[in-house]
Amino acid sequence: MNEEPREVTTATLAGLLDELGYGDARVATAVDGAFVPASRRASWTIDEGARIEILAPMQGG
Amino acid sequence: MLFYGTELSSRLMLGTAQYPSPEILADAVRAAQAGVVTVSLRRESVGSRAGQAFWSLIRDLGVPVLPNTAGCHTVKEAVTTAHMAREVFETDWIKLEVIGESDTLQPDMFALVEAARILSEDGFKVFPYMTEDLVGAERLLRAGCRVLMPWGAPIGSGKGLNNVFGLRALRAHFPDVPLVVDAGIGLPSHAAQAMELGYDAVLINTAVAQSGDPARMAAAFRLAVEAGLIARAADPMEQRDMAAPSTPVLGRAVLA
Repeated sequence: MNEEPREVTTATLAGLLDELGYGDARVATAVDGAFVPASRRASWTIDEGARIEILAPMQGG
Repeated sequence: MLFYGTELSSRLMLGTAQYPSPEILADAVRAAQAGVVTVSLRRESVGSRAGQAFWSLIRDLGVPVLPNTAGCHTVKEAVTTAHMAREVFETDWIKLEVIGESDTLQPDMFALVEAARILSEDGFKVFPYMTEDLVGAERLLRAGCRVLMPWGAPIGSGKGLNNVFGLRALRAHFPDVPLVVDAGIGLPSHAAQAMELGYDAVLINTAVAQSGDPARMAAAFRLAVEAGLIARAADPMEQRDMAAPSTPVLGRAVLA
């Protein structure tokens, strides 16, 4: 996750966000370089070794 | 001038990065009376609520946001980032950056056109960060862009308008397309110059954020943009190579 190895027990992307403590944070997710909309996180199964990006609002120019 | 059907409250677009503190950022946005603020997406470590706090600050300012794809070097990265930004910021506006060269942060015009086409077809309203290339501009419009954002100079360089001829040519060729000078502006006089050339807006970040007093500099930029806009509407005089006396010659005393 964000290029740090993580062990999680959950099988879904929504479960992973919960387990890692993101809760209701305003974030966007991508798995293996592809955007996964919030509406599909609950049904999105994560495979072993999946590369997950979790991005939050940040300052920008 | 409408930007994708929206009239902005001011022609000054302000970046939100590099301020000494969130409070100073908020002060600068208010002093600038910015019509748009640009924002981005980055990784946030678990437990850090920095991104959430930033978002709540921006929302409270009540200024429309323009998310960017800063840091993207490929079409795929930029397109994916744009989708993530659309969901997080709840807007289909995207400042599309696809960087082609690391030292100058020069846009990769080829990848930019391709990403702009994909995103436009997907309903995004693309604000492409581009060079002042005339042919590239035409391709971006054909790809679906209805706003163009040529650089003045490399991002963060503060050098002003490096190619006034090229910017003027863009303005002349696309009189009805909203044009924004994005990047390179270092001083309010540069912003005024862009507006005097007939540009519709300017996007500033470093020049305000890295000044000694960002709120005061933001106010200076607000005045400069307004001055340039009014001056353009007032139809500036033509330059000439030789002097032309402004005081009437007729009736001059002969005292020699």
